[in-house]
Amino acid sequence: MKKNKYFAGIIKDPGSTLKYKTYVWRDGLKPSWIKKNCTNCLTCFINCPDQAIKVDKDGNMAGHNLDYCKGCGICAQVCPAKPKAIVMKKE
Amino acid sequence: MTMKRVALTGNEAMALAMRQAKPDVFIGYPITPASDILSAIAKYVANGEMEAEFMTPESEHSVASALFGASSAGARSFTCTASQGLALMHEVLHIISGARLPIVISSSSRSLSSPINVHGDHADFMDMRDASFIQIFSENSQDSYDNFLQGVKIAESVRLPAIISSDGFITSHNLEPVEVLKDDEAYDFVGEFKPAYSILDIQNPITINPLSLPDSFMEIKKSQSDAMAFAKKEIIKTAKEYQKLSGREYGFFRPYKLKDAEIAIVVMGSTAETAQSVIDELRKKDVKAGILALRVFRPFPYLKIAEALKNCKAICIMDRSDGFSGHGGPLFVETSAALYDLKNKPKIISRIYGLGGREINEEMIKSVFEDIKKLSENKKVERYGYVGLKI
Ligand code: SF4
Ligand code: SF4
Repeated sequence: MKKNKYFAGIIKDPGSTLKYKTYVWRDGLKPSWIKKNCTNCLTCFINCPDQAIKVDKDGNMAGHNLDYCKGCGICAQVCPAKPKAIVMKKE
Repeated sequence: MTMKRVALTGNEAMALAMRQAKPDVFIGYPITPASDILSAIAKYVANGEMEAEFMTPESEHSVASALFGASSAGARSFTCTASQGLALMHEVLHIISGARLPIVISSSSRSLSSPINVHGDHADFMDMRDASFIQIFSENSQDSYDNFLQGVKIAESVRLPAIISSDGFITSHNLEPVEVLKDDEAYDFVGEFKPAYSILDIQNPITINPLSLPDSFMEIKKSQSDAMAFAKKEIIKTAKEYQKLSGREYGFFRPYKLKDAEIAIVVMGSTAETAQSVIDELRKKDVKAGILALRVFRPFPYLKIAEALKNCKAICIMDRSDGFSGHGGPLFVETSAALYDLKNKPKIISRIYGLGGREINEEMIKSVFEDIKKLSENKKVERYGYVGLKI
């Protein structure tokens, strides 16, 4: 029988989750941060279901981690800044 | 090799084979008509004749779940069940096969509720058609014993679970002479269990059953599918090895006077033996009749069945469960698919018999052959019907 590395879906290397980039779930749209509109309120950070909002060591909004952003658009929706500091754009 | 001839019921024969295969773990929950297997195992363990860890959790769902744990830790793990018990295990059966754990179930097939009925038919066995288990059916107690020993070897070599079943009560509770191997001969044949992986191997830690999304799920299923197809080779190889040891011949099915048969039945389980005397009688009247008694239901031996039936004019596929496809029994549907590629396809009909333990006797089988005869003469017969019905 041909060896198939997919036998039973067993994972031999620990920490493999890190290699799993969930951005493949995005379906055409990704968030784009407009820094000049941002008030650093971090509403986006609290609401992102995938912890894909980056925060720097001073506690400031630092853009998106697009490896794990699934493109749901919640951050753009909840951003209270006027005009918005996050908008959804085509990939 | 020295064979001992002993009187055993189908269940006792299976329990003996289970003891001889030396499982590390036996987990069970009693259910008619497979309870005798469990009590026999409990007795073996209590008498110190079997070293297995013996567990009796609160339900069959828990039995299957505990078996999953035991087998993934590298233990040879068995259970016995039937009917509602097997149905309650159903969710876990798919998880076991997906994780490629060669757990082996002994079963005495019984109808499924409702209405409630404790007697034999093949509804429970057919209910797990898609669970990716190797499925073997026995005609008698001797088969039950032989098939279980072979089943363990096949399952562990292809890394798929297996179920070995027989007709509830008819075979499971019927005392018959059975030729048995010595304990060490039987164990040497089955061999030591070499697990593909073990969650207790702390030198090589692994994650089992992780989330697998669209990027990997299909590849895992393909490897499972390949294993089932490959199992056909292992089944034949194992049968040949077993024949050397026991002198008894096994294959995907047991043909009876099928070589020159013009009309035939396809049937599974004890009814095949009942039908033999009908064939003998028909042969005396120069009717070329035969039987294909199916032994291996999964993997289904499509090509071999087509080869064996290709010269028949008309066939009846006899199912001991309905399957409720609205077209014919499950064995009928599979056999139809097997015959599809033949140039000269035999005519086929589906007959359902023996549900919930209803008697199936020679007269009834004769009536089936009368229908097949008519069919072979291009006369009109019912395509999908019940045998021995009171209405
Ligand atoms: S689009 Fe959704 S997942 Fe991506 S950063 Fe915004 S809230 Fe998080
Ligand atoms: S919610 Fe909008 S304004 Fe607040 S930190 Fe996020 S991007 Fe900046």
